[in-house]
Amino acid sequence: MDAIFVFEQLLNGLGYGLMLFLIAAGLTLVFGIMDTMNLAHGSLYMAGAYVAARVHEASASFALAVLVAVLVTVAVAALLEVLVVRHLYRRDHLVQVLATFGIILIADDAVKAIWGVAPLMASTPAALAGPVQLIDGLPYPAYRLLLIGAGLLVALGLYLLVSRTRVGMLVRAGASNRQMAEYMGVRVGGVFAFVFALGAALAALAGALMAPISAVQIGMGEAILIPALVVIVIGGIGSIRGAFVAALLVGLVDTAGRAFLPPALRAVLPPSVAADLGPALAGIAMYVLMAAVLTLKPAGLFPARA
Amino acid sequence: MPSMNKIAAALALCCAATAHADTIKVGIALDISGPFSALGAEARDGFELAIEKLGGQLGGQPAEFLRTDFGGSPEQANQLVSRYLQRDKISFFTGPIGSNAALAVGPALFAAKVPYLSSNPGPSVYAGDKCNPYFFAQYQNDTYDEAAGKVANEKGYKNVVLIAPNYPAGKDHLNGFKRLYAGAVKDEIYTRLGQIDYAAEIAQIRAARPDAVFFFLPGAMGINFVKQYVGGGLKDIPLIAPGFSADEDVIQAVGEPMIGVLNTAHWTHDLDLPANAEFVAAFRKKYDGRYPSVYAAMAYDTLMAMDAAVRDAGGKVQDREAVLKALRNPSFQSVRGEFRYGANNYPVQNYYLREVGKDADGRLTNKLVGITLEQHQDAYVGACKM
Repeated sequence: MDAIFVFEQLLNGLGYGLMLFLIAAGLTLVFGIMDTMNLAHGSLYMAGAYVAARVHEASASFALAVLVAVLVTVAVAALLEVLVVRHLYRRDHLVQVLATFGIILIADDAVKAIWGVAPLMASTPAALAGPVQLIDGLPYPAYRLLLIGAGLLVALGLYLLVSRTRVGMLVRAGASNRQMAEYMGVRVGGVFAFVFALGAALAALAGALMAPISAVQIGMGEAILIPALVVIVIGGIGSIRGAFVAALLVGLVDTAGRAFLPPALRAVLPPSVAADLGPALAGIAMYVLMAAVLTLKPAGLFPARA
Repeated sequence: MPSMNKIAAALALCCAATAHADTIKVGIALDISGPFSALGAEARDGFELAIEKLGGQLGGQPAEFLRTDFGGSPEQANQLVSRYLQRDKISFFTGPIGSNAALAVGPALFAAKVPYLSSNPGPSVYAGDKCNPYFFAQYQNDTYDEAAGKVANEKGYKNVVLIAPNYPAGKDHLNGFKRLYAGAVKDEIYTRLGQIDYAAEIAQIRAARPDAVFFFLPGAMGINFVKQYVGGGLKDIPLIAPGFSADEDVIQAVGEPMIGVLNTAHWTHDLDLPANAEFVAAFRKKYDGRYPSVYAAMAYDTLMAMDAAVRDAGGKVQDREAVLKALRNPSFQSVRGEFRYGANNYPVQNYYLREVGKDADGRLTNKLVGITLEQHQDAYVGACKM
């Protein structure tokens, strides 16, 4: 367990955390501002991954693939907003959960009809397939560095957008007190549509970037939705800053659980028991983190509505 | 309700009639979505080729090959098997790729006395004290790795890191490797089944600095692992694998980084045998020149075994004893060559070393290096009493 090993795991956790942030940011904005539980957010992530994988395969240009994936997903999301989600804003959470869960089922079947049941193999762009010598003794995959860079860039952009622009001000106003914002003359409908599209774009970006290091398959959206929900609960619903901190925490805890727990268990338990216990404990690490945070701060780390 | 009674009577007549039509029903549980989808698709192609060759018959009798996908999930496999047993009244079963599904469906099939000819997994559970006369294996999970352990000894690797998914076959495979491997095991890593991101594990391997890495990660898991292994700059540490982690599906998806990967299997497409040459040629003709993988070969062989058993049992599939006796003494030419069943219905057969390289046309594929274990039997047969 030397310093390089720990550093490499920190980088892995950072990369995973930043991708979680991209998904959780959209989810927390939609929930915080519109008070709407959008379970279908994971389906937008899946759409981004599938479109990117296909376009990358056909055009051999990764940048184009990411761009097309984001545009297509935003178009799909806009359609979804007009047809379904817009009618859910004033309904209670149960109706929203049922309706958006229905969208998940339809989306999964639509993907099955378009691309088939077999998972797609998304390839890493050839230029980034190799390692980069970060420090002596640690070659790190170039593609993962791209993920970290892109994640940090988007986080910074989002921070500037929310804290420095007029649109961001409206978004913050909506998140902290929607009714008051409406009384002050904010045209909520437009802000809602913008936030929904922004969330979709972030989810699609995450999907497109994650495609080469994850399985592009039906159900990938549901699998990522659960950690994303954990992130927004820990961070405080509606708070971008909270989502950022919580995503990095969850990313680090999850990676640390997988990296450090099994060797530690093997040191004290027989290998077969450790083999059963290690992955199980690593899998619940993030939920333990959530329980601990909620015990100390029931509204999350950075509640948007203080 | 007189009309209802009439309908019921008519239904009973119709269905009794079909049951007597002597169509042999084979239940094939396809595994073409879920964690083993790529392997399941290979097996499906092998089944289709065999069905074509047999002209849709078994032992000269009309047969129906039921094919339904169960998505690699043991629960869904169980539901599918009860449907096959109760509604379709199948006479043979085959199909699942994963050992977990094989273990889930076994009890129902054995209780119904339906022979289960595994087209892939050979779990240790059915090889030892829970062996069953209705289960027939293609190989025992551990044996591939016993061969790989012997290869590691011959290569002089002093210490290795082992990695496998945390499910029954994963443990079988690592146990098998350790059985014949004489060096030190530096680390034994179990991952989630279907895991795609191996960053945490690759960091562990980098920290351990072993002479070689032995990985049992079939299908998409292996594809991602090798890509990330090379991407993480570990390609100087050689990889050894049971054939499942380095078969056609993985080789074609990973590409050049696979060159030189040593792997062991009970069959290779360049085995010089008439039955195998015929199978490989027919497969490549039907599927655009690609080489069959071991999954396709086993699926093909499984239906050939059923065909021979029906013929040898005189076409009486209802006579279970006769069918079992015929299955135990296979009279067909297997694509893997000579083999016989041990007391637990697991085969005694050769295991070969293969190395990934390029064929005459520059296509990446496995090439036969030589025999590693000759007429080898699994380690569990002693515990089987039947």
